[in-house]
Amino acid sequence: MSEQETIITGAAEAPPPVSEWKRFRRVFFQRKLVIFGLVVLMMMAFTAIFANWLAPHNPYRGNLADSLLQPCWKYPLGTDVLGKDTLSRLIYGSRTAFMVGFITVGIAAVIGVSLGLLAGYLGGLANMIIMRCMDALMCFPMLLLALVIAAVLGGGIQNVIIALSVATVPGYARVMHGITLSVRENDYILAEEAMGAGNVRTMLRHVLPNSLPPMIVLITLQLGMLILAEASLSFLGIGIEPPGAAWGSMVADGYQYLLTNPVLSFAPGLTIMLVVFAFNMVGDGLRDALDPRLRGLL
Amino acid sequence: MAELLHVTNLETQFATESGLVKAVDGVSYHLDEQEIIGLVGESGCGKSVSQLSVLQLINAPGKIVGGEIMFEGRNLLEFGRHSPEMRSIRGAKIAMIFQEPMTSLNPVLTIGRQLTEMLELHMDMSRSVAKDWAIELLKTVGIPSAENRIDDYPHHFSGGMRQRVMIAMGLSCNPKILIADEPTTALDVTTQAQLLELMKEMVEKFNASLIIVTHNMGVVARYAQRIYIMYAGRIVESGTTKEIFRNPLHPYTIGLLKCIPRLDEEAGRKLVPIEGLPPNLINMPSTCAFLPRCSYKTEKCLHQSWPSLTHVGDQHYVGCHLDLGE
Amino acid sequence: MTAYIIRRLLMALLVLFLVTLIVFFVIRLLPGDPLLIFVAQSQTSGSMSMKEVEHLRVEFGLDKPILVQYVRWIWGILHGDLGMSINYHEDVGKLMLERFPVTLYLGMSAFILSGVLGILLGLVAALRRGTWIDTLATTFANVGVTVPVFWLGLLLIYFFGLKLGWLPIAGYTSPFDNLWLSIRKAVMPVICLSIVGLAMNARQMRSSVLEVAQQDYVRTAWSKGLRERVIVLRHILKNSLIPVITLLGIGVGFVFAGSVLVETVFAIPGVGRLLVTSVFAQDYVVVQSGTLVIAVIIMVSNLIVDISYGWLDPRIRYG
Repeated sequence: MSEQETIITGAAEAPPPVSEWKRFRRVFFQRKLVIFGLVVLMMMAFTAIFANWLAPHNPYRGNLADSLLQPCWKYPLGTDVLGKDTLSRLIYGSRTAFMVGFITVGIAAVIGVSLGLLAGYLGGLANMIIMRCMDALMCFPMLLLALVIAAVLGGGIQNVIIALSVATVPGYARVMHGITLSVRENDYILAEEAMGAGNVRTMLRHVLPNSLPPMIVLITLQLGMLILAEASLSFLGIGIEPPGAAWGSMVADGYQYLLTNPVLSFAPGLTIMLVVFAFNMVGDGLRDALDPRLRGLL
Repeated sequence: MAELLHVTNLETQFATESGLVKAVDGVSYHLDEQEIIGLVGESGCGKSVSQLSVLQLINAPGKIVGGEIMFEGRNLLEFGRHSPEMRSIRGAKIAMIFQEPMTSLNPVLTIGRQLTEMLELHMDMSRSVAKDWAIELLKTVGIPSAENRIDDYPHHFSGGMRQRVMIAMGLSCNPKILIADEPTTALDVTTQAQLLELMKEMVEKFNASLIIVTHNMGVVARYAQRIYIMYAGRIVESGTTKEIFRNPLHPYTIGLLKCIPRLDEEAGRKLVPIEGLPPNLINMPSTCAFLPRCSYKTEKCLHQSWPSLTHVGDQHYVGCHLDLGE
Repeated sequence: MTAYIIRRLLMALLVLFLVTLIVFFVIRLLPGDPLLIFVAQSQTSGSMSMKEVEHLRVEFGLDKPILVQYVRWIWGILHGDLGMSINYHEDVGKLMLERFPVTLYLGMSAFILSGVLGILLGLVAALRRGTWIDTLATTFANVGVTVPVFWLGLLLIYFFGLKLGWLPIAGYTSPFDNLWLSIRKAVMPVICLSIVGLAMNARQMRSSVLEVAQQDYVRTAWSKGLRERVIVLRHILKNSLIPVITLLGIGVGFVFAGSVLVETVFAIPGVGRLLVTSVFAQDYVVVQSGTLVIAVIIMVSNLIVDISYGWLDPRIRYG
């Protein structure tokens, strides 16, 4: 009986639907580069959190006697002109990078999402004004805007964060706006309205879940860009004041000693590239796993 | 009438993540000159893939792995996909029109351009001659004020109009065979009827043969002279239209016919759907693929492999284990 | 098409207005009194009495309400008066005119390079998907977007300037003065400026082409017997370029942002470097006017992008 049943009801029927989580896992971990990116990010996060225990020396004060040393056992990446250990500064620099990145993204996402939702929901004049403001903001290259704002408000990490947040808001507003609009057009929303369901709650209930996948992808990709931006700003001298450790300023400091101690500039630059690459790979992986249709958009 | 196309044991497979899909698993059919045949089956049975295979339009991960396609004395599968021989056949000797008129035309090119490029390529016409010819073609398929519309873009046309343009494109270079892959599925019923009449008329006018691929028995009833019924990548029954409708033998065919409402039967007869779902073409069992849904199954069916086609009458073939006296 | 363009122009005017508002009010966020900063900067000897400071205030119109100041500023701009640099004691307009051609020379070369090469690279990678060409191109593109522009500059200086001595490591020479030297000096900065744009364009183009190649209308084109080259050039290309054009528009912004860094690294007297030094010198006049000019240029390029959508995609034109 069972044998016959197997023949009848066996593989000749359609396969059972795969759970969403399983599918996500399968697609996400498909590419080795994505896994590589994830590992790098986890290592970086670990480094940022446990910097105190991992750094071999004090990154803020150096031994003048050990000035400008080449990589050796004591100082694996050498020292700068004041004898500060490059490796330790690199490790602590990850803290700056991650902090700036996450806080900026947090602020920008909250503001941007709210604005985009508002614009999409209100429609009409409010919509136009809000979105044109976003367009206007986007006319300023992120670096330039950040430069001006940070300069106006003064140096220092908080102002860099504020500056970068302002420059990043339009990206989120736009994506959110697009999603809000498309969800509005959806037939099931119209159906709900026809049945008398409340407007605001309906919108939120449908828009927010829909917006999660693109938001997650956008945030991940933005984090990479922001770390790059922060590095550029600190390279120019805006942001962390010396003796603070930031990768960009480390590159700038090493410029003078390029011929003799190239590691001073090369090491932080490579680190930046690695981290940004990791964020990009993970972002790509998330996008492919969550919704490949986003490939054109993000 | 002489035989035009003879397909023998065509096999096309897709290597997907979940496994090997045998979309076309040994399909054979033939087409004569000035004949209209129908290829009927539900979604996923392989009918579209079999036709795309004739023109070698199968993209990775799909691959034609076996069989013979005899056309004009040559086996088309011997030619490479991008070979000049295949290119000279596509559009010129064998043309195809597709299911989705909304997406089958390039949105950034004018209708005129999409017509003239074929004429310039296969008929060696100059641009201006081709344009005049194209206008005539549009008129023939019933597009009003063709001279003005020749420079319009696809989005200016309705679905039915676009399909007419596709028909014009298909026949523009006087092909011997026109393959219509579910040409009316995406259109409303009235437009469907108009388009089918148009196709029949055009095919007769141009002395071409037509293969209509569809899931709708009603469509082939009126227009096709012979029908092939496909299931799970194989042909399960074939014969003249009259014979199939008068004397359907395969349980699937019987089921299909029971689904169609007919004017000549008593009111109140219930439409009987075929139970179950279409099969998963990965890891097919060696027994008959229709087994799970067959209401005629016997002990014999459970133990024997998929039946091959047996000749049961004039041009009538069935692939079934049943004692066909019933 | 004309209606489309006009609508776009009107929108652009609104955005332009908002841009000027942003520039003006951000500068006004300056903590402290701009006038006192100016005074402190331009002091040569002694100090000014309060009366003299107030006199200056009236002269600069800083005593008027802020809205009036804004209008006066806009009025000045429209008449070509971009203000007087606190730092350089020169007319800002003159400063900009001196420096803009430099930035444009390098910036436009980089823009064209990144556009043309990026699109070609993406196209080739997509058409030869899965081959080593694709892998190479994609890897290059993926890495290219991660490169810190300023660091690349140092890297290039180290190898090609210091170690190999092939190229001069700093400065700028106008092509009109000495073409060969000008080009040699421009090679490294232009590479730095174009790398990110190139990589992004290649990625997007590849993605675009792959998506378009799967469309039904491309299948129709194949079924007509056209050869691959014709299908790519006539059917695929135009459709693929639509998302890439957006990227090109953004690329203009990147070029300016990049200029800030590249001109600093290579000591090039362009607008970017002017802005950086002015920011540190708290020369808000230059910062204000310079930012405005750049923002307007970017806005114009966004407008051009918008309009070219209409040209590329007829559905938008009539929509």
